[in-house]
Amino acid sequence: MKRELKSTKFGKYGGQFVPEVLMPALEELTEQYENYKDDPVFNEELNYYLKDFAGRPSPLYHAKRLSKEYGVKIYLKREDLVHGGAHKLNNTLGQALLARYMRKKRIIAETGAGQHGTACAMAGAAFGIKTEVYMGAKDTVRQRMNVYRMELMGTKVIPVKSGSQTLKDAINEAMRDWVANVETTHYLIGSVVGPHPFPTIVRDFQSVIGKETRTQIMEKEGRFPDSIVACTGGGSNAMGIFHPFIEDDVDLFAVEAGGSGMKVTDKEALHSATLCTGEDGVLHGMRTKVLQNKYGQILESSSIAAGLDYAGVGPELAYLADIGRLKPCNSMDAEALDAFNDLCMLEGIIPALESSHAVAYVKKAAASGDLGDVVVINLSGRGDKDLETVMGMRK
Amino acid sequence: MKISEKFRELKRKKEGALIAYICAGDPSPDATKEYVTALVRGGADIIELGLPFSDPTADGPTIQAGIERALDGGMTPDVYFKTVGSLRVHIPLVVMTYYNIIFKRGLEKFVKDCVASGISGIIVPDLPPEESGELAGFCRKHDVDLIFFAAPTTTGERIKRILAEGKGFIYLVARLGVTGARTDVASSTRELIQRVKTTTPKAVGFGISNGEQAAQIISAGADGVIVGSAFVDIIASGKDVPARLEALARELKEGARIS
Repeated sequence: MKRELKSTKFGKYGGQFVPEVLMPALEELTEQYENYKDDPVFNEELNYYLKDFAGRPSPLYHAKRLSKEYGVKIYLKREDLVHGGAHKLNNTLGQALLARYMRKKRIIAETGAGQHGTACAMAGAAFGIKTEVYMGAKDTVRQRMNVYRMELMGTKVIPVKSGSQTLKDAINEAMRDWVANVETTHYLIGSVVGPHPFPTIVRDFQSVIGKETRTQIMEKEGRFPDSIVACTGGGSNAMGIFHPFIEDDVDLFAVEAGGSGMKVTDKEALHSATLCTGEDGVLHGMRTKVLQNKYGQILESSSIAAGLDYAGVGPELAYLADIGRLKPCNSMDAEALDAFNDLCMLEGIIPALESSHAVAYVKKAAASGDLGDVVVINLSGRGDKDLETVMGMRK
Repeated sequence: MKISEKFRELKRKKEGALIAYICAGDPSPDATKEYVTALVRGGADIIELGLPFSDPTADGPTIQAGIERALDGGMTPDVYFKTVGSLRVHIPLVVMTYYNIIFKRGLEKFVKDCVASGISGIIVPDLPPEESGELAGFCRKHDVDLIFFAAPTTTGERIKRILAEGKGFIYLVARLGVTGARTDVASSTRELIQRVKTTTPKAVGFGISNGEQAAQIISAGADGVIVGSAFVDIIASGKDVPARLEALARELKEGARIS
């Protein structure tokens, strides 16, 4: 399962489907990452920021009341307690530091709901690097508090008015910016997606989640869990917790957004279940599973959780699904909302709607015995950002 | 008509080529036929017809808007090949589209459809040589030119590889960035033209919008200019489109003609 960084593919997935202008930048990034990833000075500095700035390690919490309710022993990996309220900062600290080592003067990023953008703004401010974030114009309205958060930390938010004015348009626009400013700018991609080496870099920086979990579960249980469950949009929190367990006897469940149903038209899907229903394709520089119509046009995806609302998925997840190493599954909007309530009422934790999808799957699957006796759920983020959505849904 | 044949003809006449891009189906398939005719009347030597993709990351706002109009107008790969097949022009036609459209149709089927509809070259902005092996194989098999890009950031080693794999012409990216009309010619463009040494024709695109720029590019040593956004701007305006396309093509071709 271990692979050299030199290979750009995960099985048939991954690769570098980008304009020629970007190829030298990807080569440079690959080379520089190769240089620094095991460099003691780089890692010492990164670990310092992860510990004293981000607040790591995040706890592994035995959720006793939820366990009793669902009938399986549940541990929550508390990424919601990381600075910023989600796992996103693990990656932005890593990449922003890498950008600084690479002497890039500027960071650009895309953001959907604003979580990755906020994490970029934090890292950008902490390292003193100019940061600009592309965000769909619709999302800037829906998530205006996150826009304000980013601006408070000195980040410029650029609304994207093209296309559907959401995440995929923000990615398109960020890639365009990178094409134009590649010599001075690092594109800080927010998930395990995009052209090689991004899926590998983001996975590595997020793997801190799984590495901590290994140690913590051994301390608490004296053994590894039977299964690990994580929500999956692009897939960064999932790859982060899965990756260190890939070669162990632990079942991995990637829970996608079932949205409001499996219905698909020529232009849109009511869900974002790419691993479950997507077809082989090429999007945003990578070959992966993609929600697309019969002509190869990309569909607009849908989910109550903005962070899962993406028509593609990380290429390594597509590969792991194909070889049967992980199980793709999904939870519907309503199921996620139900699990959200459970976690609020039983544990005093308000989870992100994204993470609620993982919790919801455990609720469904625990009874069947498929998850075994001990389950770790990656609680990838907190739900403060989702309160308005939840209030709206409850009406 | 083969692309190489066209460049040989132009070389004899000591002219630079005008390669004109519009997005097929913008705003309708019938309009495209009319616009292609106008561009040819104005003197276009090669027509590059965009086959729209929903997520065109290498294109700027102008062409992206054209692509959206085309998709709204019902353009699909099936309609595209039908439309192109019905064009009555005697110059080379080139398809420009993103890889997923080709991939989804099936690589060989796509290449065969090109041959059947009279297309002699394929440009794929998100397909660097690293990923092009399979498609290049089918292009060789069916004698269709797969055209590659070189940019100011492209290193000498990569240029060698691109020249070894590329057919038809090499598409030089005039400056860093995405497509869109600009008004001057950057020194990085001249430098790139000089740096790429090959017998394959060199065509420069990205940011060319008038006859003077075309003349500068040709006198800097290029064999052709590629113009897209300036034409798509005219289509977007919806006013007097065929006449203005023809006039701009004429101005650009005049610029590209070596006196």
